[in-house]
Amino acid sequence: MDILQTLKDLWEGSGFHSFFVNGGWKNLVMIVISCVLLYLGIKKKFEPLLLVGIAFGCLLVNLSYFGPESTDALYHPELWTNFLDENSEYYHSYGHILSHGGLLDILYIGVKAGIYPSLIFMGVGAMTDFGPLIANPKSLLLGAAAQMGVFLAFFGAAASGVFTGNQAASIGIIGGADGPTAIFLTTKLSPELLGPIAIAAYSYMALIPLIQPPLMKLLTTEKERKVKMEQNRVVSKTEKIIFPIIVAMFVILLLPSTAPLIGCLMLGNLWRECGVTERLSDTVQNALMNIVTVFLGISVGATTAADSFLNLKTVLIIGLGLTAFAFSTVGGLLVGKLMYVLTGGKVNPLIGSAGVSAVPMAARVSQVEGQKANPSNFLLMHAMGPNVAGVIGSAIAAGFLLAVFG
Amino acid sequence: MNFALLAAQSADSGTKMNIGDAAIVAIFGYAVVFFGLILLMCVLYITGAAFKRRDAKAAAAKASEVKAEAKTSPAPVVDAPTAPGSAGHVKLHGVPDKEAAMIMAIVADKLQTPLNELRFTSIKEIK
Repeated sequence: MDILQTLKDLWEGSGFHSFFVNGGWKNLVMIVISCVLLYLGIKKKFEPLLLVGIAFGCLLVNLSYFGPESTDALYHPELWTNFLDENSEYYHSYGHILSHGGLLDILYIGVKAGIYPSLIFMGVGAMTDFGPLIANPKSLLLGAAAQMGVFLAFFGAAASGVFTGNQAASIGIIGGADGPTAIFLTTKLSPELLGPIAIAAYSYMALIPLIQPPLMKLLTTEKERKVKMEQNRVVSKTEKIIFPIIVAMFVILLLPSTAPLIGCLMLGNLWRECGVTERLSDTVQNALMNIVTVFLGISVGATTAADSFLNLKTVLIIGLGLTAFAFSTVGGLLVGKLMYVLTGGKVNPLIGSAGVSAVPMAARVSQVEGQKANPSNFLLMHAMGPNVAGVIGSAIAAGFLLAVFG
Repeated sequence: MNFALLAAQSADSGTKMNIGDAAIVAIFGYAVVFFGLILLMCVLYITGAAFKRRDAKAAAAKASEVKAEAKTSPAPVVDAPTAPGSAGHVKLHGVPDKEAAMIMAIVADKLQTPLNELRFTSIKEIK
């Protein structure tokens, strides 16, 4: 037995050796990035439930994938390139993925098929009380206005000349401040950008308490921020049961491409409200949501292989994502101000910024800023209306972009 | 604008959009979101109005029933029974029952003390 040769083979087969050949240094950079993301998730509590999984998925893929020759890799981007290539014999062949893929390839099937984001929406529906929105349907206007960032970022990305229409649409949806919607749309339109878009979406959602307050102060006056809003009317149980059925029928008929997201969101909510499916509602809110979050986080993280992540496009996506978030906040605030004027000062414009989805963090920011201006101000329930309207609004925006580019 | 053509062009991953097309898609998309949510808002107002009318009718019927009962047999004034473990009644000044219950639950939670070991004499909204 040639011990030296064996040691050499072991060394050359190890990941440590791979760092020094064929651009393996990029994996080292990605490992550092994944550690930073882990730090942000664990220490800074940036959307930890998803970001920790995404960061660890990123770590795993960059420890095991150094190019197509990495047979032991957990995730193989080239398998998915073939999956999407109409000229490949493996076009849309899940069988090929199952027989040749690693663990994360198999988990990623749930993302690719749009299963995880839809199931997350089901959990969100089961956890959401739409009462404030039903009590004050005007909130829907704020939810619509706060999609401004989606379309401005789309325009910016498309006009930059760097991105295709599909890619621009996926980047724009970051402004919807809704992680599952961003993942759903990106997987359908430009799966090659899934890693940076998901990371940007979840990072900015976590940064909402830092991004929104300066814009809120900039666009509203002290007098406007001090406005105390009247208490909403009490919504009956029957109204809450009818609401998800009406929304599902109405929105899906308007934009059929929203069916997976809106359908699951409203089914989850119906289970919550109907009063006879408590077990299902509980399972969807807790067990199922947690299981799907595990799979979603780690498989989205797996798409951040060094070669596809470390490029100028990722930097542009991060920049455009921030623009999208900022303009969505601005859109909500401007319509909030308009409502303030039209109602003779009865609406506090701060609730407009909650029109970006990010439930319930954006509503909490409105509450905090409102209380800073007037300590006896309780805007939380008023802000929850636009907040949940934003979820429906971003799903409609995604449905529109999917209808145009899908 | 021909969206079908645009979609076909965009399906080719190498195709970039021109600025005019991008602007039209962005404006049209934003308008569609508004259109969808405004229509939904109208539907919610209509159903909300129907429920409000129904609730108002039910409340009026109940009120007239109570009035009729009061006319026929004036009920003796009896204090409502207190809940087990309760230390009596709390006076509410401009605070609905539900909010009072929430406030008491929050106070008990913050004090880490069971609710039946606390006594609330009155709750008043400071305006």
